[in-house]
Amino acid sequence: MTSMERVKDDRSSLAWFLTGARGIFSLPAIILMLSFVGFCSLTVQAGIPPEQVVFMTGIVWALPAKVILVSSILSGASLATAFLAVTLSSVRLMPMVAALVPELRGSRTPTWLLLVLSHFVAITAWVFAMERVQEVPRDRRATFFAGFSITLVTANMLLVGIVYHVVAEFPPIIAGCLFFLTPVYFLASIWHSARHPVVYAALGVGLLAGPLFYWIAPEFDILLAGVGGGTLAWLGERIWRSRQEKSA
Amino acid sequence: MTWLDGWWAYAFIAIAGWLATDIWRWLGVLAGKRLREDSEALNWVRAVATALVAAVIAKLILYPTGVLAQSPLWLRLGALIVGAIAFFLARQKPTVGIATSIAVLGAGLWWLGF
Repeated sequence: MTSMERVKDDRSSLAWFLTGARGIFSLPAIILMLSFVGFCSLTVQAGIPPEQVVFMTGIVWALPAKVILVSSILSGASLATAFLAVTLSSVRLMPMVAALVPELRGSRTPTWLLLVLSHFVAITAWVFAMERVQEVPRDRRATFFAGFSITLVTANMLLVGIVYHVVAEFPPIIAGCLFFLTPVYFLASIWHSARHPVVYAALGVGLLAGPLFYWIAPEFDILLAGVGGGTLAWLGERIWRSRQEKSA
Repeated sequence: MTWLDGWWAYAFIAIAGWLATDIWRWLGVLAGKRLREDSEALNWVRAVATALVAAVIAKLILYPTGVLAQSPLWLRLGALIVGAIAFFLARQKPTVGIATSIAVLGAGLWWLGF
């Protein structure tokens, strides 16, 4: 390879990184930032100092995991209990990442890079990547994803740091709407990005199982709703699918 | 709240937040290199994962914190249902559903004198 070619190659890597970074102006990124403003108001009400909220945003990143972490802190949970609650609620990251990796991986993409990039996977980055990565040449996909996801995380860390001091003074209607944005956004984006019927079934069962198990066993509600409700949805969808196949 | 002070808070967030989430991301990378997209095992993992998040969503709606804790349940459920109707009418556009839902909630809060 001549030096000219290498320079050209470097430039286009940067170009792909910047193309990814431009995704910060996309609709999912903007909705996520509004959700982060809502999350910020939750942390203000929970009395968590701003430096820790910024740290949490960068190091945990996934919004549902952070909401559970903050509620664990609020309820005075021990480290082991909080770890368990967050771990159990974050199982979904594994299939998300597992589904994304075959899309992102080029012929020369090293595993360590995928491990590093996986930290930036959460619902928004995942939905964005699954939709747009098809239009990117395979060997540039990791760079493109890095550009988008690193920009998104950095922007939200800055946002949270700045907004923290403003959010407490929001009128109650705004604060309430921002809080509501998170569950509504998750619902709409999970439904919209679902590519398999079992996801719809699990979403429905989980919505009912959550409150049911909160009523029966509030300490383990999320775990029971996830494993119990998810298994039920999977079984149901499987039986339904095999009946469809038989009748077809 | 003593845990809020100093390095312990950061250690708490790192262990219960960072480690608890990145374990799954790393396992996802390792699994993604050999996972079959059409396997029944992946389907089950998908279902459990989605149900877990759905349970979190339901709790946020039924038992919110802050301002919404004082709002009536019928308003939150109503905002959700109207938003869902708009979402499906608009051929499953997330923005339409989200905007409608938030608008209904905002109007309801205003009407109730929040």
